[in-house]
Amino acid sequence: MEWFKKAKDGLTRQEKKEIPDGLWSKCSSCGEIIYTRQLESNFWVCPNCKYHFRITSRKYIKIILDKGELEEYDANLESMDPLKFKDSKKYTDRIKAAQAKSGLKDAVICGIGLIDSIKVSFAIMDFDFIGGSMGSVVGEKIARAIERAIRHDMPLIIVSCSGGARMQESILSLMQMAKTSALLAVLAEKKLPYLSVLTNPTTAGVMASYASLGDVIIAEPKALLGFAGPRVIQQTIGQDLPPGFQSSEFFLEKGFLDKIVDRSQLRDTIILLLKYFQR
Amino acid sequence: MQERLSLDFEKPILELEKKISDMRDFAAGANIDMNGEIISIQTKMNKLREEIFSSLTRWQKVQLSRHPRRPHSSDYIELMTADYMELHGDRCFADDKALVGGFAKIDGKPVLIIGQQKGRDTKQKLYRNFGMMHPEGYRKALRLFRLAEKFEKPIVILIDTPGAFPGIGAEERGQAEAIAKNIREMSVLKVPIIIIIIGEGASGGALGLGIGDRIYMLEYSWYSVISPEGCAAILWRDAAMAPQAAEALKLTSEDLLELGIVDKIIKEPPGGAHNDYKEMAGNLKKEIIETLTELEKVPVDELLQKRLEKFRGMGVYREQEE
Repeated sequence: MEWFKKAKDGLTRQEKKEIPDGLWSKCSSCGEIIYTRQLESNFWVCPNCKYHFRITSRKYIKIILDKGELEEYDANLESMDPLKFKDSKKYTDRIKAAQAKSGLKDAVICGIGLIDSIKVSFAIMDFDFIGGSMGSVVGEKIARAIERAIRHDMPLIIVSCSGGARMQESILSLMQMAKTSALLAVLAEKKLPYLSVLTNPTTAGVMASYASLGDVIIAEPKALLGFAGPRVIQQTIGQDLPPGFQSSEFFLEKGFLDKIVDRSQLRDTIILLLKYFQR
Repeated sequence: MQERLSLDFEKPILELEKKISDMRDFAAGANIDMNGEIISIQTKMNKLREEIFSSLTRWQKVQLSRHPRRPHSSDYIELMTADYMELHGDRCFADDKALVGGFAKIDGKPVLIIGQQKGRDTKQKLYRNFGMMHPEGYRKALRLFRLAEKFEKPIVILIDTPGAFPGIGAEERGQAEAIAKNIREMSVLKVPIIIIIIGEGASGGALGLGIGDRIYMLEYSWYSVISPEGCAAILWRDAAMAPQAAEALKLTSEDLLELGIVDKIIKEPPGGAHNDYKEMAGNLKKEIIETLTELEKVPVDELLQKRLEKFRGMGVYREQEE
């Protein structure tokens, strides 16, 4: 059985070739290897299969807003761990780790930006921060973004990306759904437009509050949307879920989305909608 | 029956209860006076109950909220109101059996009263879908709320759900949209709304009926962003860690009063609501009447402004100066 033995000599371990980090990206849907610069100019969408890479909030700002700029507000809000929550890890440690990983204070960036010179109150969530989950900080910043729209008579745009309410703040997280949705009722009374943009994923507490309350709701292709997570549903009903269940395409078909928009068309779609809603 | 439908930590109390009833039977049969002995065991039992119930863990309180004999919405409606007329359907899809509601009189005052409804036996539990609503339930509620608003009747809401139903039909018909819309619309309904958590208050399933001017909790009810089992399954990757999750989630009436989320805790009879339906319903009815009287005096604009401010102020964060 000589030929199955690895020759001890002759073959030496070679150092892995150093590829500068991020020069090439692999599509997690079709496996295509893409030159990262090309991917970026393609709005982080796979040129081969149209898979929309999950991107950071900063990248969305670049894609959607004039000059890729946002005048940020409320950047100094931070979570306080009011419940002293601890599971396998302390909540405070999770926050620190998320801050280090994402360079953000919490899971949403808010401010005022221009889209085709139209001033808007803009909020963009970030999945890199504890799954984009909504605790007191996210709720407060979204609330202030809504109030800013009301105060300055601006349209509101929220780009959602979130697994839902943040468990580590328990009831306080749940009440952020109430806080934000109640203020959206005030916004609606002022007849100011609210565009809700759903990205992969937007589920649970965020989907069951402001994300579902847009005057127009648009979603990126093949995003996971819905109230309950697919695993929970599967466990509850004890059978496999139909293919494509809870995707953007599914909810468009069921009548809960206005439109599915490729990321490359996101900015232009928002501009056109804002113009239609101008008085 | 009692033996089977009881919690472990209740057992020592129930044993003494049984002893008392046995002694009563024996005394009556043998025609002898055993009052002295009975009273001494009763005192012992009350003391024991006080001991057990004064140091309940959060998980034990969760268990009490799900007690097999715990009163449900329909029990309270029956015991607190007169001339109750149940109304059905969302006018879109179906009548959700996990939610009951209609107009009724409390102390002569007409109100809309609705509640999430659980079943007692297996058949009823299935019929009521274990108190887990579908979108049509939230839409039925909103239809009834609008009716109450139109005819200027206050709204009383009883919350008791392990969560909104996670299923294919629920997603297809927009569970998230139905809940979100209710939250927004309830915040501007022009009539007084009283919310009472009578048992379980799980997540968006509870919040979809949970916006109002006052939020009360029964002593042994809970209210949280997720059930202890759900939280344990996600964060501990083991649903059996639910007792630990219940501790971490700070979900009891005392916790929520301390966090400023609820306005009041409504006391339960010794040993929990299931030990005395009448007393429990009486306590609740008294609170509802007092609160309605109070809220009816508030002008609508002020009522709505305060309702908005109530939820606007919820949340704990820190903000550093630049």
